[in-house]
Amino acid sequence: MKRNVFIALMVIVCFVLQSTLFQIISFGDIAPNLLIIITAAFGFMCGKKCGLIVGFASGLLYDIFFGNVLCFHALIYMYIGYINGNFKQIFYKDDIKLPLVLITASDLVFNITYYVLLFMLRGRFHFIHYLKSIMIPEVVYTIVATLILYPFIRFVTGKLEQGEKRSEDSFA
Amino acid sequence: MRRKRQKFTIPSKYLLLIMTVICVLFMAITFFTDFFAAPLSNFAGAVVVPFQTGVSRVGEWMSNRSDELKTLKDVLAENERLQEQVDALTIENNSLQQEKYELNNLRQLYKLDQEYSQFDKIGARVVAKEAGNWFHTFVIDKGSADGIQVDMNVMAGSGLVGRVTEVGNDWAKVIAIIDDNSNVSATVLSTEDSCMVQGNLEMMDRGVITFSKLINSDMQVKEGDKVVTSHISTKYLPGILIGYISTIDADANNLTSSGYLIPAVDFSHLEEVLVITDLKKDYSEKE
Repeated sequence: MKRNVFIALMVIVCFVLQSTLFQIISFGDIAPNLLIIITAAFGFMCGKKCGLIVGFASGLLYDIFFGNVLCFHALIYMYIGYINGNFKQIFYKDDIKLPLVLITASDLVFNITYYVLLFMLRGRFHFIHYLKSIMIPEVVYTIVATLILYPFIRFVTGKLEQGEKRSEDSFA
Repeated sequence: MRRKRQKFTIPSKYLLLIMTVICVLFMAITFFTDFFAAPLSNFAGAVVVPFQTGVSRVGEWMSNRSDELKTLKDVLAENERLQEQVDALTIENNSLQQEKYELNNLRQLYKLDQEYSQFDKIGARVVAKEAGNWFHTFVIDKGSADGIQVDMNVMAGSGLVGRVTEVGNDWAKVIAIIDDNSNVSATVLSTEDSCMVQGNLEMMDRGVITFSKLINSDMQVKEGDKVVTSHISTKYLPGILIGYISTIDADANNLTSSGYLIPAVDFSHLEEVLVITDLKKDYSEKE
């Protein structure tokens, strides 16, 4: 229960930060993608279903504010969360390499999907330019943001899990 | 514990499938109708916008402080010197340009300026910008409660910023003219030739937006000419400054020209905007 509240809070906080603070302190008009970080992180930490729902929620929030059609971002984020959920088996708590690789890959996949669906299909074929000026900077900033945000998420979920276990033990 | 295990759960595979179907359905519904617009936007306005308003104020404060740190003395001095040079050149350029305009065009300009000040405007604060890096839409803190409607034009300073595309109770979404999806029908003030101004993400790095289909057979349009919104547009009020032409090239068909223009608004430092509460459709009826 506590964990669900924490997840919901994280989604809203990340969305708010991403659309306000990070847009203002962005470098070269590029801001990190916090929503991808939490979608991917909850995916490989808590499993497919959790990643799916977190992805859907963050995408939906995005759609309500900035999307042209509802559920477009929700769909992309949802699949990213689900795919990340498949890596739960090989995820270890103290390993930072796997999360970094997964989040980087997720951000890249998200951006390429986005480019193909929203730009290439409208005849904007200059992929290398978009790669250089948007995707790579965004991925780099996202990695930097991951290094700060991910330990925090892991710390809090770890605490909450401990709390849950303790209450279960005392119940038994 | 046994009772817990018996609890009904959907395997994640099927959940994904169901959610996908729901998403596609929603996309189709919102693409063809605006059925969900009102309840969702009210929810968003109640839950998220207050946070955004607060946080963006903090962010502005922070960015102002960091800007102050950056402005070192010598940079300032150099900037001042360059600015003087720019001003001198601008004045020179302007006077040269203005002499070229014929009396007719000056009259037109005068008339436009008068109309310009007659528009009713309300100020609004930008509280959130598009969270991704691909498009340029933003959210302002005034909504239908303050009389904002869809398709109202938005200005900042003297130039056109964009138009309202979605309205909540106390927030509104604005699409900027530099957005990759935006098209504005425009007029070159000196010759009254019309053209299309299109936002282009690729060109944004250079601080310009593209225009095309300028009928310019006599090659009279010059760099530095003012581009304003045209009378033909269905959504934009006429005579609002969009920007100045920076480069112009003849198209392969030799009939039209295209090129780049520098927007009159600094889109990277947009904090406060003016919403014109006159709608184009009412405006044309009035005339």
